[in-house]
Amino acid sequence: MDVIINGEPRQVAPRTTVAEVVRTLTRSPGGVAVALNDEVVRRADWAATVVAENDRIDVLTAVQGG
Amino acid sequence: MTYAPETPAAPASPAAAPALPDPAADPLVIAGRTFTSRLITGTGGAPSLRVLEDALVTSGTELTTVALRRVAPDTEGSVWEVLRRNGISPLPNTAGCFTAGDALRTARLAREALETDWIKLEVVADDRTLLPDPVELLDAAERLVDEGFTVLPYTNDDPVLARRLEQVGCAAVMPLGAPIGSGLGIRNPHNIELIVEQAGVPVIIDAGIGTASEAALAMELGCDAVMLATAVTRAKDPVLMAAAMRDAVAAGRAAHRAGRIPVRRYAQASSPAVD
Repeated sequence: MDVIINGEPRQVAPRTTVAEVVRTLTRSPGGVAVALNDEVVRRADWAATVVAENDRIDVLTAVQGG
Repeated sequence: MTYAPETPAAPASPAAAPALPDPAADPLVIAGRTFTSRLITGTGGAPSLRVLEDALVTSGTELTTVALRRVAPDTEGSVWEVLRRNGISPLPNTAGCFTAGDALRTARLAREALETDWIKLEVVADDRTLLPDPVELLDAAERLVDEGFTVLPYTNDDPVLARRLEQVGCAAVMPLGAPIGSGLGIRNPHNIELIVEQAGVPVIIDAGIGTASEAALAMELGCDAVMLATAVTRAKDPVLMAAAMRDAVAAGRAAHRAGRIPVRRYAQASSPAVD
């Protein structure tokens, strides 16, 4: 199944959740936020939110800035 | 007969010299939160996390900005961890946003990631100057306040815009001294004074500070706090500059409270006239 994760085309298995996507990117999910097609997914909903074909998932964290 | 000089009086102990007032007795209050330090720092531009951490701790800051970006896989250490282990509150920003819509989205993500509804609102007009876009900024500020955010907007040194930002409910106003990262200092102190005179919320000078004397000037003009990043993180010795900024902000605040003498065109003798 084709999706876009942090701007990169990726393939994931059907029924992949947002929580699983986050785990592929970082081992420390503290300080991390997720947008699914530009909408925030609350942390409490990560495990129950299943990504769909062509979804855009952005996983963001605090970095040096400002 | 030999000349016997008087024994000079022992110099006063440095410990006996009056110190600057205890900052805890003169706290900065933003939206009901109390801060002892009036120096707000940023994290951009540091050569390493280690240097950044030493500089932040030395600066005495209690509030420090971070940006929100896509996770880079397998990154060692994070600024978020640096702030957490030093008890420094993160102040997420919306740097890189050019529209109110972008800023709203970034603020919502920052609230989720960092568990704070405080946001340093930046909505800039272009990459070359990074000057705030006043129309988008005011729109974003109003919408974020409506969503329950505590909004600290980075704004032009425009007293009218500052007043409008306060009127829509911003918790502070953060006028620039000069463009971000320029180190040009405070280009229009008169406007900063006008903003300070009318403000009912804290005024935090934000951007343009290059060195300690400029941070002190901001405080002498009546600003409630100084926000800076580049001046420390890109200094030759960031930790030493952090110490200088800490002391400059405290000195500038003390001078403001002490009340400077009026500026005169001609001399006024400080010694008594000869009879």
